[in-house]
Amino acid sequence: MRRQLPLALVFIFGVFMIVQYFVPHEYSEWVYEFLLDWITIIGIFALALGIYSLTHVSVGKIRNRTPNWQYAVITMLGLFVMIYFGFTSRTGDSWGLYFVALVALTLGISSLTWGAIETQAARRKIGFAVGLGLLAVFALVAVFDPSWKFYFYTSEGLQSTMFRNFFDYIMIPIQSTMFSLLAFFIASAAYRAFRARNILATLLLASALIVMLRFNPFLGPVGEYIAQTANWLLNVPNLAAKRAIVIGIGLGIVATALKVILGIERGYMGRG
Amino acid sequence: MKYKLVVSFLLALLVAVPVVAQQDTTLADTSVAAMLPAPATMVQAKDADNDHGHAIDVTWELSADDGQGAGTVLSYEIYRSESPDGPFEQRGLVPSQKNSYTDIGSRERESPDYFPDYIDFYYRVDAVAADSADRALSEVFGPVHSYGQWFNTGRIPVLVGVLIFAILTILFVTIARRGKELYVRPLAGIDAVDDAIGRATEMGKPILYVLGLGTADQIATIASFTILGRVAKRVAEYHTKVIVPCYDPIVMTVAQEIVKSAYLDAGRPDEYSDDIVYFVTQSQFAYVAAVNGTMLRELPATNIYMGKFYAESLILAETGAVAGSIQISGTDEIAQIPFFIVACDYTLIGEELYAASAYLGREPVLLGSLKAQDYAKAAIIVLAIVGIVAANVGWTYFTELFQVVD
Repeated sequence: MRRQLPLALVFIFGVFMIVQYFVPHEYSEWVYEFLLDWITIIGIFALALGIYSLTHVSVGKIRNRTPNWQYAVITMLGLFVMIYFGFTSRTGDSWGLYFVALVALTLGISSLTWGAIETQAARRKIGFAVGLGLLAVFALVAVFDPSWKFYFYTSEGLQSTMFRNFFDYIMIPIQSTMFSLLAFFIASAAYRAFRARNILATLLLASALIVMLRFNPFLGPVGEYIAQTANWLLNVPNLAAKRAIVIGIGLGIVATALKVILGIERGYMGRG
Repeated sequence: MKYKLVVSFLLALLVAVPVVAQQDTTLADTSVAAMLPAPATMVQAKDADNDHGHAIDVTWELSADDGQGAGTVLSYEIYRSESPDGPFEQRGLVPSQKNSYTDIGSRERESPDYFPDYIDFYYRVDAVAADSADRALSEVFGPVHSYGQWFNTGRIPVLVGVLIFAILTILFVTIARRGKELYVRPLAGIDAVDDAIGRATEMGKPILYVLGLGTADQIATIASFTILGRVAKRVAEYHTKVIVPCYDPIVMTVAQEIVKSAYLDAGRPDEYSDDIVYFVTQSQFAYVAAVNGTMLRELPATNIYMGKFYAESLILAETGAVAGSIQISGTDEIAQIPFFIVACDYTLIGEELYAASAYLGREPVLLGSLKAQDYAKAAIIVLAIVGIVAANVGWTYFTELFQVVD
């Protein structure tokens, strides 16, 4: 039953997805959108599992002092600081118990972290107990203090100053830096690819030179011929090869989907 | 006498004024007639084909003054009413020279633009001149109502193609099940997987398996799951370590189950740990940074990239090359294939990714589907050649056979 039920579900929903492609009626659309909503719901629950996984791996590294465990500390700091500022933003006029809640939350997370990385069992228990107690204080204040809003139900916390500053001035520049590395990697990859080791590599080198030269403004009248040759290379042999691959991919997708729906391919269930 | 003349003059004035006024009116009427364009004719409306309802196609014959005649038509305004006598509500506007409009509304009852199905409507098309007050109203057409279809006839070619391919696949799988030996050409990338695992074992270093940025519902990721299962089983048999950092939490959950089952199948359940497959982040370049860091710190003997990859493909593969790892990749993202080819030792191109699980397992049932793919490709090559000939000799009916209308 443990294996038959997933296979039956895959068959039913797989066949439905094929049928709904040919049925434009709104009832078919409604079921399709309903299933897509389920993917979102499952994704949200899976995200909690993901955060648990990341925390579990990082805390294990910190506790065991594995080589480079310091990176795990930074990962945990990044994770919890963003959650912290995303959830705690005061918008009301009154301060009320705002600082009490923040202190309770900060100390609660710190105690839990200490408990998680502590090697002695007794200290670990104290850390967890104090941490959970402080988080309970935070939750009580967040629920019963009307002077400020704990952004658990809405996404308004994402607009809080600290959260936006961290996102705009740390996260985005780091991401842009990573993306920028691509330019250098393209240069090094091109150097390896364009070495004329054999006839095919030489053809590749010549084609690449022609395609790159088509944007060169200093070639004068020759430039027009180079541009025409480059366009021919891109639109005829290049496009033909790409289409051949795309057709193969299309057939491969249909064949794999059929194998999954019919239960022939079960590798995704953990058994080949 | 003088008195009579004055009276006659006044009488003449009384008679003349209405005549002049009448002449002015005639002039004004003539001017209006000259400004008003001829109306659109033959207005027709019918339910839009192959849709979910809530839409009606309206067509008409162009006004005689649209481009020709007085050439005064600037646009057509489409009006709709629930009664032939109105009131009419404007539903759309199209420029001159266009003689069709699809009146689409929302299917949501709460929406102000809600377009109910199975309610009779009447349509009118106004030919409008430069001054929008100068318009010629067409005849009212109706009643007509919208409704959703249960079959999209525009996709018949896709249905036929899928059915033929499904029959071919089932046929070859059945033949394979009966024990017939099927030949499939060797793939260097697949053959290298076993060697790479052996190399990692000899070096005492881990294998890094990257599932890409795809989600669990994408076929490339599903194919990658299957390959991961085979790799994990072999890794468990050799007592080697595998690292699987994940981008998507659902993918992570499935991958954990796959690796766990593989260790169980290999008879080494005690060596499995949930830390083998772990979630990193759902931010593309943060994920790249984390995986690159793992590569440079752990220095894996082999990096395997299978699944859906985007801009990060080259950053990952080049870092792996710097770390000195043997690299095997496979993706169906056509733009990333060249990057993997130049930076990796072996690359599975496009469909080879889907075939990899069949190659690794060498199971006849899975190999049967590869044969079906080969025959389908042969059929497509033949059809492409016939299509080229047909297009050149004007057999348009042949090319139209394959046209998919959405």
